[in-house]
Amino acid sequence: MRGESTPNGAVRPAAGAPRGASRGPDGLIGILTKIVLLGLVDAAAAYGLFQLAVSEEWAVFAISLLVTLAINWIYLGKKNLPAKYLAPGLIFLLVFQVFVMFYSTYIAFTNYGDGHNSTKEDAVHAIQLSALERVPDSPQYAATVVEDGDELLLLVTDPTGQVSLGGPEQPLEPVEEPVERDATGKAVAIEGYETLQFADLLNRQADVAELVVPLSDDLEDGTLRTQDGSTAYVFKPRLTYDAEADTFTNTSTGVVYSDSGEGTFRSADGQELGVGWKIHVGLENFERAFTDADLRGPLLQVVLWTFAFAFLSVLTTFALGLFLAIAFNRADLRGKRIYRVLMILPYAFPAFLSGLVWSGLLNPQFGFINNALLGGADIAWLTDPWMAKFSVLLVNLWLGYPYMFLVCTGALQSLPPDVEEAARMDGAGAWRIFTAIKLPLLLVSLAPLLISSFAFNFNNFNVIYMLTGGGPRFGGTTFDIGATDILITMVYKVAFGTGTGRDYGLASALAIIIFIVVAVVSTISFRRTKALEEIN
Amino acid sequence: MKVHTRTISRRSAALGALGVSAVLALSACGGSTEPAETTAASGSAAAGDTTLTMWTDAERAPALEGIAAQFEEEKGIAVDLVVKDFAAVRDDFITQAPTGKGPDVLVGPHDWLGTLVQNGVVAPVQLGDKAGEFSEASVQAMTYEGQTYGVPYSVENIALIRNTALVGEAHEDFADVVAAGQAAVDAGDAEFPFLVGLDPKQADPYHMYPLQTSFGAPVFERGEDGSYDVSKLAMNNDGGKDFAQLLADHGDQGTGVFNSNITGDIAKEKFAAGASPYFLTGPWNIPVIEEAGIDFAVDPLPKAGPEAAQPFIGVNGFFVSAHSKNQLAANEFVVNYLSTEAAQDALFDQGGRPPALNASFEKAASDPVVAAFGEIGADGVPMPAAPEMQAVWADWGATELSLIKGNAADPAAAWEEMSQNIEAKFEG
Repeated sequence: MRGESTPNGAVRPAAGAPRGASRGPDGLIGILTKIVLLGLVDAAAAYGLFQLAVSEEWAVFAISLLVTLAINWIYLGKKNLPAKYLAPGLIFLLVFQVFVMFYSTYIAFTNYGDGHNSTKEDAVHAIQLSALERVPDSPQYAATVVEDGDELLLLVTDPTGQVSLGGPEQPLEPVEEPVERDATGKAVAIEGYETLQFADLLNRQADVAELVVPLSDDLEDGTLRTQDGSTAYVFKPRLTYDAEADTFTNTSTGVVYSDSGEGTFRSADGQELGVGWKIHVGLENFERAFTDADLRGPLLQVVLWTFAFAFLSVLTTFALGLFLAIAFNRADLRGKRIYRVLMILPYAFPAFLSGLVWSGLLNPQFGFINNALLGGADIAWLTDPWMAKFSVLLVNLWLGYPYMFLVCTGALQSLPPDVEEAARMDGAGAWRIFTAIKLPLLLVSLAPLLISSFAFNFNNFNVIYMLTGGGPRFGGTTFDIGATDILITMVYKVAFGTGTGRDYGLASALAIIIFIVVAVVSTISFRRTKALEEIN
Repeated sequence: MKVHTRTISRRSAALGALGVSAVLALSACGGSTEPAETTAASGSAAAGDTTLTMWTDAERAPALEGIAAQFEEEKGIAVDLVVKDFAAVRDDFITQAPTGKGPDVLVGPHDWLGTLVQNGVVAPVQLGDKAGEFSEASVQAMTYEGQTYGVPYSVENIALIRNTALVGEAHEDFADVVAAGQAAVDAGDAEFPFLVGLDPKQADPYHMYPLQTSFGAPVFERGEDGSYDVSKLAMNNDGGKDFAQLLADHGDQGTGVFNSNITGDIAKEKFAAGASPYFLTGPWNIPVIEEAGIDFAVDPLPKAGPEAAQPFIGVNGFFVSAHSKNQLAANEFVVNYLSTEAAQDALFDQGGRPPALNASFEKAASDPVVAAFGEIGADGVPMPAAPEMQAVWADWGATELSLIKGNAADPAAAWEEMSQNIEAKFEG
């Protein structure tokens, strides 16, 4: 009996393969279409490859080239029929799943996050940039960039009108010979040097940025630099970097900051410089997941609620969806299509939007539910811990039942009508037919969907975060974790919301742990589903 | 029939393949266009090839379009304005700047600075003599750990908006304000004595802050330059506890003046409907109130304690990426062009945010509403920008919420506990 419903899907490709092998070449239109489509693909690929070559992204270039060649080989050849079907799916799988998973895993073993954002080089550069301070009360110079051969120099006019000239190799010296000045009195040209116009400056931005003119032979006096090519200031670094020793030294206090091994520069007394860099930290993030007091404290409550939330969400949405599917499956019901479309509507709203809308509807004083539906009742839907849990489930039921309705309708319609007839002949009542015949048959095809629905709700961030934000907060804990927080929202808050900013490394590690939990639960459930199948 | 199905499936497979390679090719192009452009810019002779990329959000974009076009006309440098989601601007910038694919210039509020500096993605700018032409608070806001990182263009703060049809004159003390509001409610003219938008999950320490400072309980101690020193929490004093008591007295168990069910949107809607004589809010809600035809006045912030009520100041500004390959052009645009009176005037005309440049502000202040907000803001201090603020806001808001809801039996103890939690996080 049940053989008919499930093998349907499985049989078709098997029957298709032998036919494909025996078929002759395509018609003219088919070949032309193929050539045109492949041509378009290759044109796009060639453009992409060219751009990649220009920007010297060789790794991506090589991969793109291989993929393009493979696509051409697969679709031009006559033999690779299975590959023709599999290639698009495989490429999507690699790009959107495998790559993402490997990348998250990689991040989990680093300290990537706010303050550890990039490479050590970038960090050194950033520290040097922000440590370069203008010397207090030093004059502001009007500057002109001039060129002598290939060397750039600064021709500056101080507020008193004194003109000086200097370059990287020659400290600033007053100019005695006459210079050409503009209306503001700024020296704009000097004999023997060529003045760079604004357009020239734009073409040599990097050179101008590196142009550093010592004020005198003594570097302690500071250096002149210009950021815009028209104004120069005297700068002195607060910290100097010694590339060989790999240390920063504070020029006024003499404190030395050295690589702490944790992606920061740290002084002997534990002071860290603001900007750090990304390093590999091994299992540290995983260790933190199990030892961090932020996480450990309310963890048990959150884990229990996560399982309860996921389980109850599946149960309630499935119950309502199934009930409605059966109710709307009656052959003699009129206007069924309209009802079905209306039923599915909540499914069409984005979950985060619904969360926000519902949080407005559930406002105790001004919300539609209390005000209009319950005649001005004062029910604290979202602010009482138990009511908030109830509200979250209720909203998730509203969001989730259309999906269950859809899949149940589909499964119900594929049940052969003669089973029901036979049962009725044997004298079974409606309830008995449902529990003993229909439900077990439905579960065979629906159980995998219920498991995936459980996995989805286990990580249903949108509903929780948009509706209650995880609140109301637990009393007696110092952390921003509340009664409706599930694991994923807690992870989000711990990794992104507290302390000193976002911590992608910790977030990835926690996500991997959650993945393992969900994977274990799902595997066990799938095993049991197979048992269910065999019993039938 | 069978043959028909098969041809279709072959075709759809081919289409699928096309889709895949198109996506691949497109993603490859998307990633590589920018470097290609920069190479072209530095390689050729004409200045017209230099393009600055600027990120902004939908709210700030309209004010910038005109100014960007004008800059291109005058200096020959094109400004490519990329409009992104507000929250994404900062976070995407932090992740993308180090890869070299971020923008050259960024527009945003000053309280991003802490995080931007922590990640080393913004470069300091030198305002030089121009610093004196801006309002002091705006330059202070753009300064983080002693360095100036941005050019401010607008300064905003909250004030008390009064419906002049319901309450005739301004009151200085919060008690008088509540009494006047209550009188209007008792007379049947209004529904609420006082409105302030609160978040039902987090309350709103930002809007409540002037009341808190009037008790002499600023969030942090102020450093030498007048800005907040994030390492020294100052609100854990007797004034803070008095403020906690005030929240409880006017909360759910008290007069109900502070009502956490009233969100910012509900408060705006009710005030625009004439349902309350008072609304504690910022200039961003003024257009709605004007449209609703409410006659209003901008009153000084009411004080509940013995000291002056100081608001937080929010400053918008332009930042230059530390990873920009167009440092010179970006500085020319941000420091030399956007700081001019003409540019700041234009930004105000198109965006409506009170200018940070003194000369432009004076012109804008011919509008009495702008002038009144500006006068109130003169007492204010920029919101702290340190990355640690995220944790402070969370604890601060949650405690204020529980005080307003009457969940804390002893307000002073709840305030004390909050301060200790925040201090513990700073140490940890």
